[in-house]
Amino acid sequence: MGLMQPTGGQILLDGKDITNLSVTERARLGVSYGFQQPPRFKGMKVRDLLEIASGRNDLKVEECCKYLNKVGLCAGDYIDREVDTSLSGGEVKRIEISTILARNSKVMIFDEPEAGIDLWSFAKLTETFRDLHKNSNSTIIIISHQERIIGLADEIVVLSGGKILKRGKREEVFPVILAESAPGCKYTKGASV
Amino acid sequence: MTKEELKLLKEIADLEKTPQGAYNIRKNGESAGRASTENIVIESKTDKPGIDIRIKDGTKNESVHIPVILSETGYTEVVYNDFFIGDNCDVLIVAGCGIHNGGCGTVQHDGVHTFYIGKNSRVRYVEKHYGEGEGSGEKIMNPVTVAYVGENSYMQLDTTQIKGVDSTKRETYIHVGKNAETVVNEKLMTHGNQNAVSEMEIILEDEGANGQVVSRSVARENSVQTFYPKMTGKNKCFGHVQCDSIIMDNAKISSIPAIAAEHTEAMLVHEAAIGKIAGEQMLKLMTLGLSEEEAEDRILQGFLN
Repeated sequence: MGLMQPTGGQILLDGKDITNLSVTERARLGVSYGFQQPPRFKGMKVRDLLEIASGRNDLKVEECCKYLNKVGLCAGDYIDREVDTSLSGGEVKRIEISTILARNSKVMIFDEPEAGIDLWSFAKLTETFRDLHKNSNSTIIIISHQERIIGLADEIVVLSGGKILKRGKREEVFPVILAESAPGCKYTKGASV
Repeated sequence: MTKEELKLLKEIADLEKTPQGAYNIRKNGESAGRASTENIVIESKTDKPGIDIRIKDGTKNESVHIPVILSETGYTEVVYNDFFIGDNCDVLIVAGCGIHNGGCGTVQHDGVHTFYIGKNSRVRYVEKHYGEGEGSGEKIMNPVTVAYVGENSYMQLDTTQIKGVDSTKRETYIHVGKNAETVVNEKLMTHGNQNAVSEMEIILEDEGANGQVVSRSVARENSVQTFYPKMTGKNKCFGHVQCDSIIMDNAKISSIPAIAAEHTEAMLVHEAAIGKIAGEQMLKLMTLGLSEEEAEDRILQGFLN
């Protein structure tokens, strides 16, 4: 997304080099990004954020409803609420994801979308990603620690210590991750209690 | 009226034509139009500049517009407007002052507004201050608002100064009676070398009185802002003072909220915060496709909305 400058390599979007483009330029080319810890805005309403995200200022309630429903929120309760500290962490997070849905961009990046979301919303969220994957032409990149989300991917890239550890199809990589994440601690393995 | 004067009216009172209901338009110290209604009577004061506005008991869903516009460079005035609002009313009062100073003389309007509100009434008072003009003369406004909110009544004061006023000292004094409530929403933006001081005193006098002050401000460039909101609880009551400011460029802001209790059942809270626009807020809006300037504008617009 351009929040940090890469130390090496190249980023291509539809064959165009976007490595040195700014956040705004990348956004305008069709990249969107969901923050792990979204900021709050005093005075800005959920509707305002969805309007900015969709690039339209005539967003109808039903359209807001569509985006908010997908993250488990009822539009009637939320569109006129301010995105400030009166919302819980989970609510802000869900609104954040709905702004990405409203952007309908080519590449959607979600940074730990599951963080701070309760169990019920989590189920709704995995369903939303499954749906997006099936019904949209967007490329979805999800940064996640959650096996139920990782399990949705076509391709998995395992990062460790800032380096790519593994990369491949879900069928190949997913079982390995699951096996490696079995409970236990390498320091205590074999030790008697 | 000239084009500039009509623009001022639009800025401060959102008026493009003669307002509905009662109104009084004051232009360069003279009346530029007045209308009373059956329930709302406006009369000139005889002892000093200003008007008396009398609103009968039971007046509901009516409004009073009393905008002031000044376009004569070098003109200064002090105006006293008194509102006598009866029992069981529900009214909207829209005031405001717009200055267009095209010359080098100081233009100054000091409006002293006093409200006497009866029982079981609801009053929303909206006041906007705005200045413009290519001249080097200063545009000064020093509004004074005094209100006595009667039993079971509610008064909301929405005061906004967004642009163009070089110097302002605003004083607000609200006395809240039994089971009555007052809400003050203050919005202020200063720029250039402007100076703004806001002093507020809310007295929660009787049992069940409720007071809330929400002050939001943005100080840009070399401007200076000082806030002194004070809430005093003299009985079983609840009061909340909240001041939030965004500081930019070389501006200076002092925010000094105070709460004072004179009764064990008085519950008073104050909070104040000053800070720059958060970097994550800018980034978030930029990831939605806005440029840096657009993101800043949207954040300020929302904050002062």
